[in-house]
Amino acid sequence: MNGSLHLWLIPLLPFVGFLFNGLLGKRLPKAVVSTVALLMPLAAFGVVLKAAYSMYVHVNPACAAPVHLALQVNGKLETMDLIPNGCGIYTELLGYWINVGPLQVNFTFFLDQLSLVMLLVVTGVGLLIHIYSVGYMKEEDGYWRFFAYMNLFMFFMTVLVLAGNALVMFVGWEGVGLASYLLIGFYFQKNSAANAGKKAFIVNRIGDFGFLIGMFLLLANFGTLDFFNIAAKLAANPAWSGGVLTAIALCLLLGATGKSAQLPLYIWLPDAMEGPTPVSALIHAATMVTAGVYMIARTHAIFDRSPFALGTVAIIGAATALFAATIGLVQNDIKRVLAYSTISQLGYMFLGCGVAAYSAAIFHLMTHAFFKALLFLAAGSVIHALGGEQDLRKMGGLRKKLPITFATMTFGVIAIAGIPPWAGFFSKDAILYAAFTHGTAGKALWFAGLVTAALTSFYMFRLWYLAFMGESRNPDAHPHESPWSMLGPLIILAVLSLTGGWVAVRFYAFLAPVAGAHPEAAPGDRVEAILSILAIAVAALGWYIAWLFYRQKSERPAALAASMSGPYTLLTNKYYVDEFYGATVVKPLLAFSTYFLDWVVDKAVLGGAAWLLGGTAKFIGALLQRWQSGNLRSYAAWLAAGAAAILLYFMVPWAMVGVFLGNELSRVGRW
Amino acid sequence: MIPLSWYLLLSAALFSLGVIGFLIKRNLITVFMSIELMLNGVNLSFVTFAHQWHTVKGQIFVFFVMMVAAAEAAVGLAIIIAVFRARATLAVDRIDLMKL
Repeated sequence: MNGSLHLWLIPLLPFVGFLFNGLLGKRLPKAVVSTVALLMPLAAFGVVLKAAYSMYVHVNPACAAPVHLALQVNGKLETMDLIPNGCGIYTELLGYWINVGPLQVNFTFFLDQLSLVMLLVVTGVGLLIHIYSVGYMKEEDGYWRFFAYMNLFMFFMTVLVLAGNALVMFVGWEGVGLASYLLIGFYFQKNSAANAGKKAFIVNRIGDFGFLIGMFLLLANFGTLDFFNIAAKLAANPAWSGGVLTAIALCLLLGATGKSAQLPLYIWLPDAMEGPTPVSALIHAATMVTAGVYMIARTHAIFDRSPFALGTVAIIGAATALFAATIGLVQNDIKRVLAYSTISQLGYMFLGCGVAAYSAAIFHLMTHAFFKALLFLAAGSVIHALGGEQDLRKMGGLRKKLPITFATMTFGVIAIAGIPPWAGFFSKDAILYAAFTHGTAGKALWFAGLVTAALTSFYMFRLWYLAFMGESRNPDAHPHESPWSMLGPLIILAVLSLTGGWVAVRFYAFLAPVAGAHPEAAPGDRVEAILSILAIAVAALGWYIAWLFYRQKSERPAALAASMSGPYTLLTNKYYVDEFYGATVVKPLLAFSTYFLDWVVDKAVLGGAAWLLGGTAKFIGALLQRWQSGNLRSYAAWLAAGAAAILLYFMVPWAMVGVFLGNELSRVGRW
Repeated sequence: MIPLSWYLLLSAALFSLGVIGFLIKRNLITVFMSIELMLNGVNLSFVTFAHQWHTVKGQIFVFFVMMVAAAEAAVGLAIIIAVFRARATLAVDRIDLMKL
């Protein structure tokens, strides 16, 4: 590979689209807006493809030599010269940012196998969703605003992925949060949408707090935020583990749970479904919410040194996967089912990270991006066809009216349920296998994952049966198939959902240099085969039960719900987590803010101090006012008195007066 | 030869008379004359010192002061006449339009 890859173009192009549509879009026809909004991600995707080609397809023969480790030498960045470009790793220094003594943080972009995979997913799936949005958003007000925000999101997301150090990543991290906020609250006239946007933003602040503390700890202990240098320093100290590394890892984990909607911070994601459906597909399923997984994989050198933190990641992942899947069982809003399913699948990715199977987690990230984007877009097509109806109970029988949507949705459902040869099976199976072989505790994690797989299969086929099978339950609906701008991306994603998993082995080999080797089963290993068969069996079981409940005897679910009213209410109310947080966090915080911060601090202390200061000044002013009598001769008298006082001060020999007075006083004392 | 202090005492006396007159007199013209008296008191001490130290700087100062005083007298009397025409009085305490 020769010359620069021009990575800076990847974020910049969508940003130009954002500026163009954001500033001018309101006055331009829709055709121009959508052309610009589509061309920019397309061009960015092209740059990514070119980078991928010149780095990993057309490999430089000089790369046979081992890659040098790069360190900051005497506070100067030496990575550029030391790494032979095009040998798996590529750094681009865009500018200096913070340069204070030993602290050096620069705008660096970093491309390796991991960021390349993410970039391909973000720009590729992102582009498809942009195309889809042209059809989906056609009738909406604020068409230009929507595409401006979408491009803005692409800008920040690519910055996040390309970041060479934690601070640049944080810029992208916050930026995608902003874009997410703007897009969740796209229908800002709707109170619930505005509130959901705020909720997402505020809950994410908690995670960002963790990320920030983690960065401070990194700076304090490594003296750098550069991912490459951190990994190099860790590699140079093989004995270093636990302790502060655990603290760093847990702080970063807190950040990841916020962005990736894991326990205990997942509560914002279901509400985020208030946004337009393409947004749910792009931001809240395929890309942004996977940023936490990407961040853990990116900093996995730290996590690897802390078994405790890794265990926490795994437990959070498994618990979230199971927890969200159970809630997903009873949701009636088509998008909410998918939202809980997303949380659950993200839990899988965390589980994969937690058992140090980073490449499996990233693999699942990729396949999930395909099939979950597909599911959301297909659901969007259904909602579009039904004129905004999202309630599964009012759907049914759509397979005849929406044949293409039905076919693609079927691909998505089978893929997420984990039935081979669809993509979801391979990635899910890899994570489950990695968990199973990960010690004794791994068996429990694996079991949680297996149960989740069964639940996933059940609720996805439940959705499928309710929406597409049987007869229509809403006689007023006149569904119509979506335009080709929406069906095209659906078909491409459906193909990817089928074929995306077939590259598994090559994928692991490709990621191995950055994410560690995947625990591959030896040929003829029975455990792997048995686990795979089990996974397929539970997926089939889930499908069978869904068929039994929602196809065979549709009165059964209601009967079951009635017979188990306790657990059912618990699930329909999502375990009362929102209520619990409301009572334990929000209410005390509000009370504290109202009674202490507002009444005591603001009104009493600050207000009182201001009142006191102002009052004193006014009082003194009122006194001095009398001096300003307006009588000219009194001014002259004061002037003369002042002059006389100054004269007196300079003329009287005060030292001698002091001596005299002292003598007199001492005489009095002696008396 | 008359000692220095006598001149200075006279100068101080003239100045103080000027100040007192400025403060206690109500008639604007008298107030104006008191100012002239203060200026001349100062002039006297300037001349005294110039004579004492055999320099001309003090006397040059005096010329300047007299010049300013002459200009001031011209302007000041004009103002006084204008005020008298407008208000028909020269009592300082009643010329208080600028008062808040």
